[in-house]
Amino acid sequence: MTIVVGYIPSEEGEVALSRAIEEAKQKNSRLIVVNSSKGDQLVDDRLIDAKQHHELEARLTHTGLDFWIQRQSQGIDAADQILHVAEAQRAELIVIGLRKRTAMGKFIMGSVAQRVLLQAGCPVLSLKAKNDW
Amino acid sequence: MDTLNLLMGGFESALTPVNLLFAFAGVVLGTAVGVLPGIGPAMAVALLLPLTFGMETSSALIMFAGIYYGGMYGGSTTSILLNTPGESATVITAIEGHKMAKAGRASQALATAAIGSFVAGTIGTALLVTVTPIVVKFAVSLGAPSYFAIMVLSLVTVTAVLGSSKIRGFAALGLGLAIGLIGMDPVSGQKRLTFGFAPLIDGIDIVVVAVAIFAIGEALWIAAHLRRTPAHTIPVGTPWMGKEDWKRSWKPWLRGTAFGFPFGALPAGGAEVPTFLSYVTEKKLSKHPEEFGHGAIEGVAGPEAANNASAAGTLTPMLALGLPTNATAAVMLAFLTMKGIQPGPFLFENEPDLVWALIASLFIGNTLLLLINLPLAPLWAKLLKIPRPYLYAGILFFATLGAFSVNMQVADLWILLLIGLLGFALRRFGLPVLPLILGVIIGPMAEEQLRKTFQLSSGSASGIWSEPLAVGIYVLIAVLLLLPVLIRFIRRSRGVNTTVADQVLGEAPEQPKHKAGVAYEGRSDEERNDS
Repeated sequence: MTIVVGYIPSEEGEVALSRAIEEAKQKNSRLIVVNSSKGDQLVDDRLIDAKQHHELEARLTHTGLDFWIQRQSQGIDAADQILHVAEAQRAELIVIGLRKRTAMGKFIMGSVAQRVLLQAGCPVLSLKAKNDW
Repeated sequence: MDTLNLLMGGFESALTPVNLLFAFAGVVLGTAVGVLPGIGPAMAVALLLPLTFGMETSSALIMFAGIYYGGMYGGSTTSILLNTPGESATVITAIEGHKMAKAGRASQALATAAIGSFVAGTIGTALLVTVTPIVVKFAVSLGAPSYFAIMVLSLVTVTAVLGSSKIRGFAALGLGLAIGLIGMDPVSGQKRLTFGFAPLIDGIDIVVVAVAIFAIGEALWIAAHLRRTPAHTIPVGTPWMGKEDWKRSWKPWLRGTAFGFPFGALPAGGAEVPTFLSYVTEKKLSKHPEEFGHGAIEGVAGPEAANNASAAGTLTPMLALGLPTNATAAVMLAFLTMKGIQPGPFLFENEPDLVWALIASLFIGNTLLLLINLPLAPLWAKLLKIPRPYLYAGILFFATLGAFSVNMQVADLWILLLIGLLGFALRRFGLPVLPLILGVIIGPMAEEQLRKTFQLSSGSASGIWSEPLAVGIYVLIAVLLLLPVLIRFIRRSRGVNTTVADQVLGEAPEQPKHKAGVAYEGRSDEERNDS
């Protein structure tokens, strides 16, 4: 079985990743880490660079899990990428991080999380960076 | 004394709240377009041309001057942080600047670039004030044949000496001259190149050509190469410099200014040669030559100063002779023509208020730029996160709107699209854009002088060389064209490599860069490719 996690180097991404590692350990499933950028910005901090890729790899190797890092530097939309991988792997669970978005921000930029939540064919576990209470 | 009084008058009109506001808008916009690679000040000015129809001429010109200077400031930011030079003038800055940024000294690099630009811009503008009236005094005595010769000189030098390939340069120039010919013959009223298409009789509006070449062509080109692996943000603090940095920077600033202004002021223009010369000089004179190639602050301070001083210098032939030598000056000149102001030596006599307000606004804009660039550098870097599809959609929208608003005719939109495709093709096949736009703008002016010459000599071709100055200039053109060939010939027979003349007249801008970094042969280019 497979767990897909959407990862960006941010607080939300870290929370999602560590939870996904926990879940994968518990269920003894394969973990696929998806990180992608459309490549239409000149500067994009959400894409992991070579160093971060290496660190991520080391960290996952340390957990002893069966894992795969899918990094797309000139990919499709992040939501499509996650859904695409999840569908191809018949994932049992998708893990994503949520962040606060104003209504206006969501209107302009869209919401990756919302699309994953609505369009996924499997359960989606969404996490916030911090517990609010 | 007279000049000083006129300049004070200029400050008086440039310091009105409205004009200050326009200067501020200009520098903010200029910095923004300078920071974004691919969008230069020329495109920004071209896109704003239609907006200025209802504006006071001096206010619009003040805004354009702000954009022009701002673009130079902003370009260095991208060069330093991303190693993506926004324009040819900041290519050299990227060599050392990006290395400094990678070594965690981004803020010092940005500071020396900004302060150096301010110093060079201010000195350059002061030189502009002193030199231009002298050039004007000389220029008013010029007859049509000499005038024509000077125009030919500037077209030839911009095309042949500065570009990377002569054939491509002349091809672009030919295209530009052909576009400039379209419309009614100014003397006989004959229709030229209109192909029976009525809207072409008045010629193609320069606004349409400029917007098409700079905005549509560039947008199509970017759309064809939209995606690239994004880089990571390099953390920038507020730019500041330590004592050591100041000590190492001030001499390169002054030397860079000394290189930049004269090269800008020549009718040949261009910022590439002085920035390169300044880099080489700093490398030779530096007490820390081992740091070059690893982020030497002199390598940022010198070229950045040279680039801004040459920007000031470029305004000398533009104001004194009506000859633009870079793209932004060309579009600014097109704006003057559009407003019914005759550029040329009589500009100072006929429109003194306008000219001096413009020059005063250069001083003001320069100061504003330092004020908004030093503390806000991290903010400007954020502009690079804008997804480019949004950006270019906006540019295309304003370009279309602008081109339509010139004459309110649909035919202009088709012409816009066609010339835009031509602009795309130019970029695709590596033809330089500058000779084309200069051909469109200088072409008709040169034609007018040529026709005058022939009228004076009653149609005899000897009229062209009837003035001694004209003969001298033609000799100079011949020397400029033949010298590189001759040098190559001599070098081959002697087997000697670099000469100063070759560096100055070097055909390929990339070539000297290798020579500049002999110790790190080709490394700077490799590094540029992988980031």
